Amino acid sequence: MSEFFDFLGRRYDDLIEVGLEHMYLVGISVLLSTAIGVFIGVTTYRTERPREIALAVTGSFLTIPSFALFILMIPIMGIGAPPVIVALTMYGLLPVVRNTITGLREVDQATVESAKGMGMGRTQRLVRIELPLAWPVIVTGVRVTALVLVGIAAVGAIVDGPGYGTFIFDGLARVGSPAAINLVVSGMLGVIVVAILFDTLLAVLGKLTTSRGIQ
Amino acid sequence: MTEQTSTASSAATAPGRTMIKLEGLGKQYPKEPKPAVDNLTLEIPEGEIVILVGPSGCGKTTTMKMINRIIEPTSGRIILDGEDVTKADPDQLRRKIGYVIQQIGLFPHMTIAQNIATVPKLLGWDAKKIDARIDELLQTVSMAPETYRNRYPKQLSGGQRQRVGVARALSGDPAVMLMDEPFGAIDPITRDRLQNEFLRLQAEVRKTIVFVTHDIDEAIKMGDRIAILQEGSRIAQYDTPEQILTAPANDFVADFIGRGASLKRLNLSRVRDIQLSQWPTVQLGEQPSRVLDVLRASDKGFALVLDEQRKPRRWVSAPDLQRDENRPLDQIGLAPEAIVEPQATLNDALNELITANYSVAIVVNASGEYQGIVDIDSITEAIRTMRTDARARARVGLDEDDTVDEAAQVGR
Ligand SMILES: Nc1ncnc2c1ncn2[C@@H]1O[C@H](COP(=O)(O)OP(=O)(O)OP(=O)(O)O)[C@@H](O)[C@H]1O
Ligand SMILES: [Mg+2]
Repeated sequence: MSEFFDFLGRRYDDLIEVGLEHMYLVGISVLLSTAIGVFIGVTTYRTERPREIALAVTGSFLTIPSFALFILMIPIMGIGAPPVIVALTMYGLLPVVRNTITGLREVDQATVESAKGMGMGRTQRLVRIELPLAWPVIVTGVRVTALVLVGIAAVGAIVDGPGYGTFIFDGLARVGSPAAINLVVSGMLGVIVVAILFDTLLAVLGKLTTSRGIQ
Repeated sequence: MTEQTSTASSAATAPGRTMIKLEGLGKQYPKEPKPAVDNLTLEIPEGEIVILVGPSGCGKTTTMKMINRIIEPTSGRIILDGEDVTKADPDQLRRKIGYVIQQIGLFPHMTIAQNIATVPKLLGWDAKKIDARIDELLQTVSMAPETYRNRYPKQLSGGQRQRVGVARALSGDPAVMLMDEPFGAIDPITRDRLQNEFLRLQAEVRKTIVFVTHDIDEAIKMGDRIAILQEGSRIAQYDTPEQILTAPANDFVADFIGRGASLKRLNLSRVRDIQLSQWPTVQLGEQPSRVLDVLRASDKGFALVLDEQRKPRRWVSAPDLQRDENRPLDQIGLAPEAIVEPQATLNDALNELITANYSVAIVVNASGEYQGIVDIDSITEAIRTMRTDARARARVGLDEDDTVDEAAQVGR
């Protein structure tokens, strides 16, 4: 055990730096997933057919094994962070799209109708009434996305992506040596810490951006 | 209520300028066998409350929502203030029409002030004017601005939310308001209070209001005119509440009003409108023997004792007087009860007198001075008069000209 702490002490700077990279990777991808996902949700929630297609397509992304997707990205995007960000963004879409659609559809129709009756146009209704009311549900989706992506991001090390995955893959390469366990466990713990940080951050952000009237 | 009766009777004699005109309006929902609204033609006079009432599913809501084009008509025209708005920009149109629905539909994520500011903002008012308007409207609906401005809808009671809904609909100072069962989801006592408040408010603001309800009692109370609708929004009768109650146009209307139309009509007349009964009265301090003389000279069994300010003090009967010959008048007999003011409705007076010991209601003015008595005879007489008036008015155009004049005069 003390040997593990020695390891952490020795690699401290490394661990922090890799952690920041991991967070950066996930942060960018969550932002992209949220922007694209909300856009898809907003454009499809009203009609059944497009809605179902959006959910089916973003859902099918999640069934592609992450390993395979990362490797498939190489011919297109090379190695390093870019292919990882693209793949993560794809994985992160479903929770955001699904919650955006659910949230918007759950908005009380009487509220929307009275907005309409007061002379708000479609865009005004969406921006000033529907999205703010659906927001707590959307934020929940973003939190799920963040958690999923923090985990999958670790696999990105296979295409030389940054993050705690590098520790885990290093460990994998040295199975049998005493350092292997240390590497894998510290990578895993790092992932957990990043996940907790993201979730807390998003919870606070969600609360700050949700009207007190619907909390 | 006070103002409402006078509006109603003026409506019967001189309908105002037409504010909303529906011409052959129709709505055929796709794949429905029959149209929900079938060729409806209706004129709504400026400054009046017109009630659309009828059984569930007859098309009231559809009709109302076609006026602000929440539902697009499939045929016919809507003329608003002389202008054909059937094809106008719906958002512009809606900013000129106040809209209140049963579920109220306040924006839960906005404060009360923000809710009320919605239409003024859309209309591009400046911030100072909007601010002043919010306070003014909150006061109008009896809610202290300091307390409620920054609250959220969830922090209000049902009745308060309804008030804010009305304030919000009035915010852009629209000439026309559409209200779909606005008091439908509220307990009866609060509803009664809100209805009265709303009528008082309407007496000031004089909006043209289309009001949907399925409750005939609400229709009678709130309406200057009532359109009773049958399936497909076909008009069974379009008239003042008095006329509808006294001269239902057909069996459908009679059925819809139900039994007790006479009782309902009592809500429409006020004590000040009827002939009060005379009653023996005596001054406090009068000799008992004098009182007995007064009673003997009348056909009544008891007399009302008045003090120097002519305020009712006591009921005394002959046995009371004979039993306690030497006691002052204000220590014998019964305390006066069932005291009503002239603006009370006959229904209120009836309720009072039924429960009173001597089965009469005492009418006093605002300073408490005795004016006369309402007894059961005055009420039956009032019902009889109303019925004859309404019959005569309903027959206008059927009889000779002189009958018409007579009817019109009785109607005053
Ligand atoms: N969107 C719709 N599609 C198809 N039919 C509809 C639609 N909305 C209403 N209808 C039908 O049109 C008719 C009139 O409905 P409407 O809502 O206007 O009735 P209403 O008089 O307001 O009834 P209630 O007192 O129950 O509110 C009903 O038969 C109803 O089923
Ligand atoms: Mg309805």
